[in-house]
Amino acid sequence: MRQITPNNVSKLGLAFTFSTATTHGYEAPPLVVAGTMYLITPFPNYLYALDLTKPGAPTKWTFKPKPLAASQGVACCDTVNRGAVYSKGKIIFNTLDGQTIAVDAKSGQQVWRTRLGNIQKGETITMAPLVANGKVLVGNSGGEMGVRGWIAALDEGSGKVAWKAFNTGPDKDVLIGPRFKPAYGSDRGKDLGVKTWPPNAWKIGGGNVWGWISYDPALNLIYYGTGNPGPWNPDQRPGDNKWTTGVFARDLNTGQAVWFYQSTPHDLFDHDDINENILADIPWGNSRRPVLLRPGRDGFFYVIDRRSGQVLSATPYGYVNAYRGVDLKTGRMVPNPDKDPKQGRVTRNICPAAPGLKDWNPAAFSPITGIVYIPHNNLCMDFGAMEANYIAGTPYVGADVKFYAGPGGNRGVFTAWDPLKRRAIWEIKEDLPLWSPALATAGGVIFYGTMDGWFKAVDARNGHLLWKFKAGSGIIGQPISYRGPDGRQYIAVVAGVGGWSGAVVSLKLDTRDPTAALGFANATKDLPQKTTAGGMLYVFTLPR
Amino acid sequence: MSSRFRANLTIIAAAGLVLSACDREERHSRSKPIGETVPAGQSPDTIYPGSGTPPPLDARAKLYDNNAPAIAEGQRLYMQMNCVGCHFHGGGGMGPPLMDDEWRYGGRIDQIAATIAEGRPNGMPAWRGKLTDDQIWQLAAYVRTLSGQPSKDAVASRSEEMSNTTPQTLTPREPTKTSDTAEQ
Repeated sequence: MRQITPNNVSKLGLAFTFSTATTHGYEAPPLVVAGTMYLITPFPNYLYALDLTKPGAPTKWTFKPKPLAASQGVACCDTVNRGAVYSKGKIIFNTLDGQTIAVDAKSGQQVWRTRLGNIQKGETITMAPLVANGKVLVGNSGGEMGVRGWIAALDEGSGKVAWKAFNTGPDKDVLIGPRFKPAYGSDRGKDLGVKTWPPNAWKIGGGNVWGWISYDPALNLIYYGTGNPGPWNPDQRPGDNKWTTGVFARDLNTGQAVWFYQSTPHDLFDHDDINENILADIPWGNSRRPVLLRPGRDGFFYVIDRRSGQVLSATPYGYVNAYRGVDLKTGRMVPNPDKDPKQGRVTRNICPAAPGLKDWNPAAFSPITGIVYIPHNNLCMDFGAMEANYIAGTPYVGADVKFYAGPGGNRGVFTAWDPLKRRAIWEIKEDLPLWSPALATAGGVIFYGTMDGWFKAVDARNGHLLWKFKAGSGIIGQPISYRGPDGRQYIAVVAGVGGWSGAVVSLKLDTRDPTAALGFANATKDLPQKTTAGGMLYVFTLPR
Repeated sequence: MSSRFRANLTIIAAAGLVLSACDREERHSRSKPIGETVPAGQSPDTIYPGSGTPPPLDARAKLYDNNAPAIAEGQRLYMQMNCVGCHFHGGGGMGPPLMDDEWRYGGRIDQIAATIAEGRPNGMPAWRGKLTDDQIWQLAAYVRTLSGQPSKDAVASRSEEMSNTTPQTLTPREPTKTSDTAEQ
């Protein structure tokens, strides 16, 4: 929508607010369908329906799924939820304790629920499902608990599992068959999901699907990234650890793998590859190529041909010293041997740190400017690797880690990246890590939030700050733009600090221990002085 | 034992050091059986109807509190049983911090032992049957070092891990009254 522009955004004012009754990290976007706004909260995963046709947007109904309380004890990085989806009259979402639930969008009554995860193994679900052509796609979390990663497709009408593909193990489990044609030689061979691990390590090897799934209807393929291999201590799992930290393309109907690209074979730094896959058709050479645009956790911006999995370019979009670069002939990441963590030793100044140059929070692509707007981190780390013991339902990490600001001292950066010229056109340094996704509007305004609670609007062309609003809690939630029932453009975001980066506040951690929250406590020590926990929706619009 | 011992330390430092060296090597004898059980459901509460008197500290507590070998063994278990993966070196993560002054289920060693044995509803696993009662007491003794409870001569003067946590001899001592401000 174009009502809000760089010229008038400074007049943006509050339309209404709503308290979610939760105080953990709020990462989900609000969802607006037919005059109703739906909000899915962190644990205990309340689903609210707000009536946008009435003044003040009163609650129409609330659905409480009552997930198991103990699931909070196996969720690695706060008890977040990354969103609900709408399809054919139903709101579909996941619960922390591993269920997928469909609720009637009008009545708020449950249509079906399917249990997919088992918290006894440390398995949770935090991702937002994707509905494509009658299938609900869901994946699990638990890469820090030795949970074997999978993606499942449920029938949208019944919730029954149509297919399920693991991301480690034998080809029959991974749904690798005759259609599988990866672009690079290192991904070809039988049962690589077994052979690239020590015996049986693939059974507890991670490769979870806690991020984003994209769908290309023309190719009928889904794309998703796989999480880190477990444990973090790389010496316990020699080999490439297929099919972790990479991107899969699968056939939507059957789940059969079509191609795979592993961004960081034998991941050393918890560089999950679960980040968003932005589908774009871009000019490349003399033709137009259907590609995936991927600002990776490992610090490289990838342009990948989405038909074949071939990497067209991979360029660092921030400070990286952990890798030397990607060999475009073999597709292989060239690691920096100086930064290779060894068991019993501390390896210092590894950049980017475990949360990556960018973590889960999606970038925004503007088809108008052709620019990808990337909210991300500038963090480095010290990494002490030690032997991890596998005990089901407990952490399987084997690392003593602490993070701190990278070069320049700022912990966050907002980068406007030109994927064709492979360079930043502008950037904004932010003091705190950026954990909120970005929103790019057709009016030429970019919105994002900061962990100390500023909600900002900047000019898409040059990054100039146009407007800001101080929310009651730090913002890690996803902003949206929507047309209200009155025809006006609204901008909505939920403030509620938390997540991995904000756990020091939402879980009340003690920052005297630099290793708390897997090392993030050291990087956000000052956060408890800058914000408090919350869970409040803010909706803005222009004055009449 | 500990208070008398600390008095010694302050009055005659040298004698105290000698005693300390002896104390650190002290191990409880297996020939005289101790009641090797964890106090099931030891109350984490602060309201005791009728008398207002909390239950007396479990008699076995003194075998573990301030006992250097028990604490050292507890530290080893804390790493190996993955306690460290949730609580880290006291700052917390998936589990609450253990180095601060907030004790939802009580900070007494018998209360901590009960929490380890029974688990707690918001995600703390129940370890009874997975660890011996002796090990659970040792873990509880170590957990108390994270908030500086034992005397400084019973704890390690250097970190056993690779992290940059401060040595436990420098850990500040926090109050341990039951407190429920940390919701998780």
